[in-house]
Amino acid sequence: MIVEIGHYALVLALALALMQTILPFWGARAHDAQLMGLARPLATTQFLFVALSYAALTYAHVVSDFSLANVVENSHSAKPMIYKISGVWGNHEGSMMLWALILTLCGAAMAYFSRAIPARLLADAVSVQGLLSVSFLLFILLTSNPFARLSPAPLEGADLNPILQDPGLAIHPPLLYLGYVGFSITFSFAAAALIGGRIDAAFARYIRPWTLAAWCFLTLGIAMGSYWAYYTLGWGGFWFWDPVENASLLPWLAGTALLHSAAVMEKREALKIWTIFLAILAFSMSLLGTFLVRSGVLTSVHAFASDPQRGMFILGILVLFIGGSLFLFMLRAPALSQGGLFAPVSREGALVVNNLLLTAACAAVFVGTLYPLALEAWNGGKISVGAPFFNLTFGPLFAPLIILMPLGQLLAWKRGDLLGAAQRLFFAAGCGAGGMLVFAALHGAPVVSVIGAGAAVYLIVGSFVEVFGRIFPAGLRAPQHALARARGLPLSSWGSAFAHAGLGVTLLGLAASGWGVEKIVSMKAGEAYDVGPYQLQVVEMTSQQGPNYKEATAHMTIKRNGSIIANIEPSKRFFFTRRMATSQAGIETLNFGQIYVSIAEQNADGSLDARLYWKPLVALIWLGALVMAFGGGLSLSDRRLRVGFARRAVKASSGKASAATSNAS
Amino acid sequence: MTRKQKRLALIGSAIGVLGLAVGLVLFALRDNVVFFYGPTEMAEKQVGPGVRLRLGGLVKTGTFVHLDGKSITFAVTDGNHDVNVAYTGLLPDLFKEGQGVVAEGALDRGGIFRADSILAKHDERYMPREVADALKKQGQWQGDQPNPAAATAGAPK
Repeated sequence: MIVEIGHYALVLALALALMQTILPFWGARAHDAQLMGLARPLATTQFLFVALSYAALTYAHVVSDFSLANVVENSHSAKPMIYKISGVWGNHEGSMMLWALILTLCGAAMAYFSRAIPARLLADAVSVQGLLSVSFLLFILLTSNPFARLSPAPLEGADLNPILQDPGLAIHPPLLYLGYVGFSITFSFAAAALIGGRIDAAFARYIRPWTLAAWCFLTLGIAMGSYWAYYTLGWGGFWFWDPVENASLLPWLAGTALLHSAAVMEKREALKIWTIFLAILAFSMSLLGTFLVRSGVLTSVHAFASDPQRGMFILGILVLFIGGSLFLFMLRAPALSQGGLFAPVSREGALVVNNLLLTAACAAVFVGTLYPLALEAWNGGKISVGAPFFNLTFGPLFAPLIILMPLGQLLAWKRGDLLGAAQRLFFAAGCGAGGMLVFAALHGAPVVSVIGAGAAVYLIVGSFVEVFGRIFPAGLRAPQHALARARGLPLSSWGSAFAHAGLGVTLLGLAASGWGVEKIVSMKAGEAYDVGPYQLQVVEMTSQQGPNYKEATAHMTIKRNGSIIANIEPSKRFFFTRRMATSQAGIETLNFGQIYVSIAEQNADGSLDARLYWKPLVALIWLGALVMAFGGGLSLSDRRLRVGFARRAVKASSGKASAATSNAS
Repeated sequence: MTRKQKRLALIGSAIGVLGLAVGLVLFALRDNVVFFYGPTEMAEKQVGPGVRLRLGGLVKTGTFVHLDGKSITFAVTDGNHDVNVAYTGLLPDLFKEGQGVVAEGALDRGGIFRADSILAKHDERYMPREVADALKKQGQWQGDQPNPAAATAGAPK
């Protein structure tokens, strides 16, 4: 019964989404404030219905209702509770439900927290968001119904793919989807602005918080996915330039460019058309990612099932939204007013270069990801484009950004002083050079790692030069009121400093991977193996029983100079239902580096084949992403950037507009 | 700087970056692309030694041999042709006789495929899609039977 309610709620949500698409849009054309005002309740109720539907599906998974095809295919009564709940999105239908849930959440959030936004713009934006809901709810109901019943119901389910039975499943997909789908809000506003045919600097203020929030979630989601792959695949790698990973990197690059161009638009009213284009691009990349992952054109752990009908449907959605928005862009963009010009050497100029490099990098990744697919469709030839391609294209396009980032922060708006900015970076550059010497002395080759690590140190230090200069305007010798000034600095300044430094931290971790040690050995109990500065020793092998698997564990000690500093327990799990083995790597973090051990099955003579790694500073890769997201969060909590601020600004600038807004709300 | 010069600077830098990107992509695509072949295609195309490629098919039953250390050999088959593969290192969890496999490496002069990585990318049916396609091409696997033609392909001829 609960399942039928869930199914019904989903159909009702579709009806509401249809109303949400039509009524506010019509209201905006007919200047009917009441119709436009419907946007808010419609979006909120729609979210509640999808949430109800989602809850019903979760309930079916939790109580292991095997009359549901979705539960049978992806669950098992002996599966731990956390995977019963998170396993809801560990399959095609459920992950689309999560997508729809977050999409409608975004719709409700934008309708609810946007009282400052002019009523017509908001009405159009909510309509576009409604159309997105319609598409995806239709997709679920027509091609991927999670509520399909089975009769007769089997007694037991087929269990969840063992690779997915990991705490990462509870964290990675929701974060990533919040990022992916979060860009839908910016997209809807951009489409609405094009429909309305008017944009000004205030528009950048409306979209900035949403872009920033989506960007933070996407950053965390990508980092979490990378760490999950790192510890679960047993190869010690954290980024494989796999098409599915690229699919998440594309919107990240476009979204990062969007954040920066929106800043120019907000401050200087320049780059307006470009910002709109990037807003379309960022969400288009999210949609493309969904298509690549969900249509089954790729083979990966993410592609749950391939069904050509689904692929065609998502392709249709892709064409409708990307094609539609670009068509609208083509019609309207030439009529939009041009923004102000600026000297090439200025903050705007630096941000333009940032945008050029980021979009070029995005394009390079795009080509590398889609070229094999295009070639296969063209002549059936199968190729793979791997890490060498991306290192060669993405690397040179991203590297200049690292040098330019601190420089751009130090340039003034409108007209900057390049020489002065470069002089202020002497200290940071010195730190970078010093870092290179230290790393070269400590670790030596490869040269790329030394240079990368030095650049990372320069970036981390350089990111704070700007805020430092504002806290100590007269240098360190006159530190009066420094604390007060630090507190008075806008949070967004701190935010960008931290976000840039976070990238530096990640870069340091990436550079250090060149100094790692990898060993493949057949370990015998009691024998010690040198890995980097540590010694690893197997104490004993045990086997134990898990809820739905049996596990063979190697108990090992890590020694340094003869004394034991930690124990690790890499293991191999064998899942009964799917007759499939997974590796649980043994990982110990030591000074931001990690000892990483993954084991194979025991040999006949009792020895144990294993991969042993020492990965110096590897944890910084993901810590850097945390710092980046922290910076984004700081910037997001800046009072001046909150949506409410935009309302006060609107009131101050034009009483008429604010009257219209408050009437509508 | 005049308005025109400013605009020119903007367009110039845009073209510069774009040109750099296009150049890099074209250059990288020329040298860093790896083709995927099944054993039959490899025989047809007469791939020479030293050419990097991905070889996909089924691990032929009864050919998997442990040499000393962590070296192994096995044959990859699609039913019509076999290719002998040598590899040193740990095997992925799902490596098994009769199951799909993708090996990346190059032929040596003796006609043995020296793999430097064995891929474990599998979908829900534990069959890399490329392998499934290659087998379909060879008529070894019709339709989407849940149990692929491992038995026939692995059977000694």
